[in-house]
Amino acid sequence: MSDPRLAAVGQEILAIEGVGVRLGGRDVLKDVSFTILPGEFTGLIGSNGAGKTTLFRVILGLRSPLSGSVRIGGRQRSRRNPLIGYVPQKYVLDPDAPLRARDLVGLGLDAHRLGIPRPTRARRDRIDEMLAAVDADGFANARVGSLSGGEQQRVLIAHALISRPRLLLLDEPLANLDLRSGHDIVQLLARIAAEQQIAVLISAHDMNPLLAVMDRIVYLAGGRAASGTTAEVVRGDVLSRLYGHRVDVLHVHGRVLVVAGEHDDDAGRDREGFARAVRSVS
Amino acid sequence: MVDTWIVATIVAVVAGVVGFFTVLRGSAFAAHAIPNGSFAGAAGAGLLGINALIGLGAFSLLGALGIGCLGRRGRRDVATALTLTFMLGLGALFLSMSVEYAPQAYSLLFGEVLGISTNELGPTAALAAVCVAAIALLYRPLMLSSVLADVAEARGISGFRLELCFLLVVALATTMTVPVVGTLLIFSLMIGAPAAARSFTNRPLRAMALSVVLALLTVWTAIAVSFTTNYPVGFFVGAISAACYAAGRTWAALGRRR
Amino acid sequence: MSGVEGAIFGHGFFDSATVHVALAVGAAVALVSGVVGVFAVIRGQAFAGEALSDVGATGASAAFLIGAPSLWGFVSAGVGAAAVMELIGIQRPRGRDLATGIVLGASLGLAALFLYLDTTYHSTTGATATILFGSLFAIDSSTTPVIIGLSLVALVLVVLVQRPLLLSSLNADMAAARGIRVRLVGALYLLALAVAVSLSALTIGAILGTALLVGPAATALRVTKRPGTAMLIAPLIGVAATWLGVVLAYDSFYWPPHGHGWPVSFFVVAVILSLYLLAGLPRRRRARAVAAPDGVR
Repeated sequence: MSDPRLAAVGQEILAIEGVGVRLGGRDVLKDVSFTILPGEFTGLIGSNGAGKTTLFRVILGLRSPLSGSVRIGGRQRSRRNPLIGYVPQKYVLDPDAPLRARDLVGLGLDAHRLGIPRPTRARRDRIDEMLAAVDADGFANARVGSLSGGEQQRVLIAHALISRPRLLLLDEPLANLDLRSGHDIVQLLARIAAEQQIAVLISAHDMNPLLAVMDRIVYLAGGRAASGTTAEVVRGDVLSRLYGHRVDVLHVHGRVLVVAGEHDDDAGRDREGFARAVRSVS
Repeated sequence: MVDTWIVATIVAVVAGVVGFFTVLRGSAFAAHAIPNGSFAGAAGAGLLGINALIGLGAFSLLGALGIGCLGRRGRRDVATALTLTFMLGLGALFLSMSVEYAPQAYSLLFGEVLGISTNELGPTAALAAVCVAAIALLYRPLMLSSVLADVAEARGISGFRLELCFLLVVALATTMTVPVVGTLLIFSLMIGAPAAARSFTNRPLRAMALSVVLALLTVWTAIAVSFTTNYPVGFFVGAISAACYAAGRTWAALGRRR
Repeated sequence: MSGVEGAIFGHGFFDSATVHVALAVGAAVALVSGVVGVFAVIRGQAFAGEALSDVGATGASAAFLIGAPSLWGFVSAGVGAAAVMELIGIQRPRGRDLATGIVLGASLGLAALFLYLDTTYHSTTGATATILFGSLFAIDSSTTPVIIGLSLVALVLVVLVQRPLLLSSLNADMAAARGIRVRLVGALYLLALAVAVSLSALTIGAILGTALLVGPAATALRVTKRPGTAMLIAPLIGVAATWLGVVLAYDSFYWPPHGHGWPVSFFVVAVILSLYLLAGLPRRRRARAVAAPDGVR
């Protein structure tokens, strides 16, 4: 079962050590360290602006960190790492674009190669296999842009999986899905992680939908990360140290609520969100 | 007369192939701006006394580079607008310096397909082959980058480099098609046919083939009618492209009702 | 002091009635374009602005044909095209640009037809260039009050709807949830855009009107992050660029080729582009630009 692309058997699939990133004059990430083992289902939890997407971009090789190291499969990170599959947070698939679900999944095999894909039997079978694995065979021939959010998510997952990655990164996959679809996607990913021994790293701002399936949680706050099982990390003392101010963890009907102490700035966040929207248009 | 049909066919093939990606990438503005701005190059060439097409080609290239580079850090449509207007400003300058240019302006803008000569066929066909080959070569990365830019970047496909390559192909395509339909209208051939084609099929390569077919029909019809009525070809290209687009939208809307 | 003045402002600059008209009309048009342009940039409608000014050329050539003043040809064609674009009614930026392109293509085809009929019946071969490039120095001063009046109309329209317009431009869903009639506001804006663009097309040329619309606004948005401030800075940049262009064009009468002068439009566009590039320099060091709203790159 050993993959020749991995530097050594049993190696951590992702090892992050002391990573720091500076964005727009602000230290978004200061000293982030954690490791992920093959086949682990990990939730990267943090509020908006905590640096989840930034961390993903560092892992993908799209941004260089100011400090620290990132090793994937034992080797230094690089762009176009075939070990990583990626599903981004924001994407808009034009409903008019002439592209079927199976075409998009097919691009996952060889988009980096020049030329027009040759429609071989083997290629077609592999695409069908992937579509079936994510329960997307029902709409394989439909236009991607006309699919629902959850269906598009599945297609993107199949696209990421078809090149046989060992680490699957999904940036806030649950953000725009309804509860039911979100639940289905989480179940699907947990199944893939277990069956194919693919490490899954999902980022989210709410850990509750993932509580049942997470092997590990990496909690991101104040530019730092705490990594471990939910029981080890999601505790008042650990999170308070991370945030740098008083934080309480409440358990209500099996759900976890992380509540800030005296430092409540919901009103400020609204304005901040609007200001960010304005900044993004120029 | 046969030469006109041959050239028109070549033009339609290029417009259909390049237009497929133009529409996919939402680059209608760039496809309009590049030939429009290149017009200034023709004026400049006239001043220098060299072949207008050389000036045209040079400015198409400049336009493509301008849009690509400015658009890298700023917004794409702002970059396109500013590149276009600057080149046209240069065009105004060149025009003001040369007096005998005015009649040529009309045919460069709107096309004079009936004036094609046989020895222009070879170079035109060669350039067309280059355009089509470039698109075929870039097909896969361009497809992914156009639809899912972030995922493509993560796979090591540089969106910027592809955008630049694509714009250069558009520049080449519009330069060689100018004698037939003129700078102002080549782009409507490049967007009308593909926009309609994608309403009729959801498979990418079929959509590209259908774009070519619809472009051929557009150009042939436009030439035929222009020949009989003496009205400019460009007028018919614009009208038929709009009709194609409307047909495609109607078909898509009907499909949604089902 | 008068030596420097004499060097900057050519002989007879301040006495010339043509210059007065050029400065007044240019300023009015630049003012309106700057304000309207801020929203054009935010909404990603730069292409619509450019298309509407090209469509104005169709209207002007139709006007030429029937002997009507080109001002009304410009404006009515622009407003008509805006109405068609609204009716096609696509909200997503890519689809909207495509529709804009189709409308533009069809109207340019019409322009070709009108110009062909024009040259056939009236044999005025210079018409093409005049319509497309225009000239600030060639404005009939009797149209000045009309131009200024229409500019005010467009300006007032945009200022009235600016709050709901800004909200619906940044996040259409959120605006709709707050009870804003997103489509109505969008249609009103497109109308103001059509009027503003037609006017600037008439003064500095159909194809070049876009520069005054997009350039100062984009420059202002690079300098400040607040749309309100940008709405104040953009017209200032536009007016400055226009006036500087007028001065340079007047001076260029003495530059080679002598006795001819370089076109105002060239100078205005060159100044606008230079300012935009200058405003972008400090960004080189900072992080890459943040992504634009959904679907718009």
